[in-house]
Amino acid sequence: MKIVVCIKQVPAKDAPLAMAEGGAWIKETDIGFEMNEPDAYALEEALRLKEKHGGEVIAVSMGPERSKQAIKEALAKGADRGIHVADERFYTLDPLGAARSIAAAIRREPGVDLILTGLQSDDQGFGQTGVLLAELLGLPHATIIMQIDVADGRMKLKRELEAGWFQWVELPLPALLSIQSGINKPRYATLKGIMAAKKKEIVSVVRAELGVDEPATQHIERIYVPHKSKKTEMLTGSPKEVAAKLVEKLRREARVL
Amino acid sequence: MKILVITEQREGNWNRASFETLSAAQQMAADAGATLVAAVVGKGVAALAGELSGFQVEEVLQIEHDLLEKYTPDGYSLASAQVIAHEKPELVLLPHTYQVRDFAPKLAASLGKGMIADCVGCRHEGGRFVFVRQMFQGKTAVDVTFQGEPPWFASFQTGAFRADLLKPHAAGKAPVRNVNVELKPEQIRTKPLELFREAKQAVDLTQAPIIVAIGRGIKEPANIPQAQKLAALLGGELAASRPICDEGWLPMDRQIGSSGQTVAPKLYLALGISGAIQHVVGMKGSRTIVAINKDANAPIFEVADYGIVGDIFEIIPALTEELEKTKAS
Ligand SMILES: Cc1cc2nc3c(=O)[nH]c(=O)nc-3n(C[C@H](O)[C@H](O)[C@H](O)COP(=O)(O)OP(=O)(O)OC[C@H]3O[C@@H](n4cnc5c(N)ncnc54)[C@H](O)[C@@H]3O)c2cc1C
Ligand SMILES: Nc1ncnc2c1ncn2[C@@H]1O[C@H](COP(=O)(O)O)[C@@H](O)[C@H]1O
Repeated sequence: MKIVVCIKQVPAKDAPLAMAEGGAWIKETDIGFEMNEPDAYALEEALRLKEKHGGEVIAVSMGPERSKQAIKEALAKGADRGIHVADERFYTLDPLGAARSIAAAIRREPGVDLILTGLQSDDQGFGQTGVLLAELLGLPHATIIMQIDVADGRMKLKRELEAGWFQWVELPLPALLSIQSGINKPRYATLKGIMAAKKKEIVSVVRAELGVDEPATQHIERIYVPHKSKKTEMLTGSPKEVAAKLVEKLRREARVL
Repeated sequence: MKILVITEQREGNWNRASFETLSAAQQMAADAGATLVAAVVGKGVAALAGELSGFQVEEVLQIEHDLLEKYTPDGYSLASAQVIAHEKPELVLLPHTYQVRDFAPKLAASLGKGMIADCVGCRHEGGRFVFVRQMFQGKTAVDVTFQGEPPWFASFQTGAFRADLLKPHAAGKAPVRNVNVELKPEQIRTKPLELFREAKQAVDLTQAPIIVAIGRGIKEPANIPQAQKLAALLGGELAASRPICDEGWLPMDRQIGSSGQTVAPKLYLALGISGAIQHVVGMKGSRTIVAINKDANAPIFEVADYGIVGDIFEIIPALTEELEKTKAS
């Protein structure tokens, strides 16, 4: 199987976020970045499918130069090659514009059987890219996937629904799936993998040269720290002090103890 | 302006988030002087359409087809696209359910349009709607507006609007109208099979009066007994955010959030949970919420009644000691 897995690089989970001047994005200086966590599950699933059915895994990432690091991590874990869609200002794209660009890059790869994405990015969190890619590439899709079984050019899939429900669905190949976190246990890169990755190819394409120039469908007016919806009483002091204060509050004010 | 709300049902049962979106849409229609139309999609949905017509809407559209009996992304987006072409709404609103995430972006893109998904708010300002959504897992919010020509698509997060504010129809009932759609079996590429639940639930967290919930801040399974002990001291149950259950550190039936349980205990103590919206929708109805997190900017503090910025590994022992002390006295 020829499998494309879409990997986004996002600010590290504990990165302190500061808004950039007048923009739609954060200050990128002094923060760390990592592979979007749901995408690590998608990558792992791609690698397992390859191990079972043969073929190759291509990691695609769109973003600034730093995004190559996420591709390298994918290569170290076992992806065969990478495609970097370079765009320093990817964050100005709307979900459709971003998906059109990624789709244009994927269209250059003939004979793709399966495209995997994460369910949602931890930064912009559109929750749309996979479904949009499927529509743009004319592929059937299924989202929130918790299990994939491939046989005879078809897939049987376990989809997560709300509140503990699931559903089995069947899809033909080629197709696109967006993967839910928890579907598997992502592997770590081995030293051997990291060494091997150095010889693997990453092709870079500049987003602006992909011929995607439709106007954006939406515009970010402002980015800000959200307003609190509740009045939170912050308790301060040493651990011992806050513990005593909390127990007191829970007894006398909230009356829950 | 015309606003179309596409509601959601499965096997004749409402997804309640539909009513929150309808309630938001009533307010938006009032603010913008717009016409509001609600649609129900499926097969044999006349009773549901009748129910919708009891709310303050201009009319109810009943969209039925044999191929819409079971949800498929192809069926739902093709049918909705035909309805939109026929009815010409400027704004299409949907609840941000798992089903909507599965087909609405496709529907919008099939018309060359964009969608603002997972909104937590909306206001009418200067003659246009400004939608509020979260980024960075709730650490920031953004105001977003549509560009270009309608139709525009937006979905609303569960719990963002109040279904109890839904206005009944002023004249008793709105008219229900059938809108025909044409679908062929070969257009539907997904084969939907059975719905099921995993092995039966061992605990019913919805009945627990006190819940101590752990998140990734707990770091490793070896630390869970500390939280377990605290829960026992409080006479409560232990629960968790999704990553803890994904790791298999606690069973799935202790997961709180959109894909797990929705609870409203009298006390919810969140230990090392960041407060992503998918978690918060499952617990924000709790009477008293206490959050302990080392990050002062963690979004969980937005829904907390009492907050402590600190290391759970210092505060859990202190809290345990304090509770033991008060118990003894
Ligand atoms: C479709 C979908 C469905 C989902 N369903 C659910 C769901 O049902 N339930 C759910 O929970 N999530 C769900 N999620 C995942 C959700 O988006 C978040 O990723 C998840 O809730 C984060 O869990 P967390 O808060 O434990 O981890 P993190 O976001 O990693 O947060 C850990 C927190 O711990 C704090 N911390 C770390 N160490 C310490 C310490 N020593 N002391 C104090 N604080 C500390 C950190 O500051 C941080 O705030 C879903 C996501 C999607 C896309
Ligand atoms: N810039 C990007 N580069 C590569 N993959 C992406 C990018 N943006 C989104 N994706 C993929 O689409 C998924 C959903 O992202 P989003 O729609 O932003 O929530 C992610 O988990 C990735 O797999």
